[in-house]
Amino acid sequence: MNHKHTDLNRVHHINWSHGKTVLLLMTIPSFLFVLVFSYVPIFGWAYAFFDYSIGMKLSQCDFRGLYFIKLALSDTYLLGVLKNTLALSFLGLLNLPLACIFAIFLSQMKGRIYKKFIQSAATLPFFISWVIVFSMAYSLFAIDNGLVNKVLLDLNVISSPIDPIANGGFAWIFQTSLALWKGVGYNAIIFFAAIAGIDTQLYDAADVDGAGRFKKMWHVTIPGIIPTFITLMLIGIGFMLSNGFDQYYVFMNPMVQEKIEVLDYYVYKVGLMQNDVTVGTALSMTKTIVSVLLLFSVNFLSKKARGQSIL
Amino acid sequence: MKMKSAKIDENVFQVINTIAFTLILLVCLYPFYSILIISLSDAKLAAKYPVIFYPLGFTLKNYMEVIRLKGLYLAFAVSVARTVSGTAITLFFTSMLAYTLTKSELVGRKIFYRITVTSMYLNAGLIPWYLTMRNLHLKDNFLLYILPSAVSVFSMILIKTYIEQISPALEESALVDGAGYFTIFLRIVVPVSTPVLAAVTVFTAVGQWNTWMDNLLLVNNHNLTTLQLLLFNYLRQAEAIVSAAKSNGGNMLSTGYSISPFSIRMTVTMIVTLPILLVYPVVQKYFVSGIMLGAVKG
Repeated sequence: MNHKHTDLNRVHHINWSHGKTVLLLMTIPSFLFVLVFSYVPIFGWAYAFFDYSIGMKLSQCDFRGLYFIKLALSDTYLLGVLKNTLALSFLGLLNLPLACIFAIFLSQMKGRIYKKFIQSAATLPFFISWVIVFSMAYSLFAIDNGLVNKVLLDLNVISSPIDPIANGGFAWIFQTSLALWKGVGYNAIIFFAAIAGIDTQLYDAADVDGAGRFKKMWHVTIPGIIPTFITLMLIGIGFMLSNGFDQYYVFMNPMVQEKIEVLDYYVYKVGLMQNDVTVGTALSMTKTIVSVLLLFSVNFLSKKARGQSIL
Repeated sequence: MKMKSAKIDENVFQVINTIAFTLILLVCLYPFYSILIISLSDAKLAAKYPVIFYPLGFTLKNYMEVIRLKGLYLAFAVSVARTVSGTAITLFFTSMLAYTLTKSELVGRKIFYRITVTSMYLNAGLIPWYLTMRNLHLKDNFLLYILPSAVSVFSMILIKTYIEQISPALEESALVDGAGYFTIFLRIVVPVSTPVLAAVTVFTAVGQWNTWMDNLLLVNNHNLTTLQLLLFNYLRQAEAIVSAAKSNGGNMLSTGYSISPFSIRMTVTMIVTLPILLVYPVVQKYFVSGIMLGAVKG
């Protein structure tokens, strides 16, 4: 008994001084990465308030206050960019209901092996980069070498080639379709998990009530996954201003620029291509602030309406 | 009678459902197949005729020519290097942070956690990030590929959630034996967390292999170009292909077997995609289970 007491004492002794230091030492390097690469750049927001050029020291620059911010936000071109950003984000939200439907109907399929194979295959597009997607789109839809054009022309379905990649009017549909091809399989995974989490007794009870397949879907499955759906939807709305740079950079060309130039691309264009660092910084800063406000608003609504926070 | 019609309804549904998903399957997989068969087709035939179901004039010459392209080997090596080292670094620092954040005796745990998680939505923006990377001398520096991503907050949360449901008895017995936290982390927590760590490895490795934006923005040194950016240059600029083809004395676009820019593009695409295709069947189950772990908890 005494022996055991001594052991615990020794454990406590290690815990309280040496152990705690070790724990802290283990945490700090990782935490430093977070600080340096996520928070230190925020200090860069200061550059938006000065007449800064790359290579100069901040102390050498004139303070300009809100000048560059006003300059950045008063450009009417920005309105078009915002329209594209919001439209494409909104269309992108289609990913969720489609992933839901995908998950619900695939889970109803008989034949476990085939079902798993389809799920794996549908998730594969998520794993490739947008550069590869562009290459595929190019090989299928290019106006000169594209497979679709070759076939349709050969079959005399069309008389002149179509060009989805350089078609402004079609751009939103085209880009959204690509994003759906790439993302639905992946998003469906979460819904598969949600469906698996539904209490099977609910289905049995529905059986007893004489419910058929679709009634069960409507009254048991869908209510079961709605919480997940809404959470993901709210997060999607919260991040509406960010579309991801990759997709739109890869597909950018003069014919579709008016339609797919999103905020992320615009910031890149202004700040790095046109070297307008101060305006670019002002844009970055504003985008983040608005995004955070949006996210908190959405979170607040979520708390009010569902009693659940999403953050 | 009702039973019989119900059964017919059921079969009809299954047939329609299966057909629909088979179509979806084809849509998902065909683009991959298309690139494959074009890359295995004779360049002249592929330029003239549509390559739909099988290679036309089956040949491996496209690959033999493409690997002679200036810069391809190097880009491949750079991509492999960043994938391997980046994933190792991310795994180590992210899981270590996940572990320490589960320990309530960590001084300042709440603050560390709050600040880390907040970084998921509070990001400085592209231009400030760019300026910071420059100031840190990460421009034209291989470390740019592996340091900024050293801690992935999303993965950290995934790992942390998993660790939290490991039986505390495991650690306690080690503590009694006099083991320190670091030893416990390496010898006990990591081996036990293999499922979630496998998922994070897959996620991280794929991310590393596919990332090219850092390359685009901050690296001008051609020796540090990644495979993705190389492919992108080939796709968007004919000149990039032409100049790369003039390698090892002799313009491959005009000697012997004449390969076309189109075939070059498709073959390089295949080379960039192949590692993922090869590894995917093996690792996708880890990935799916990882997402499900996170989904159920989060």
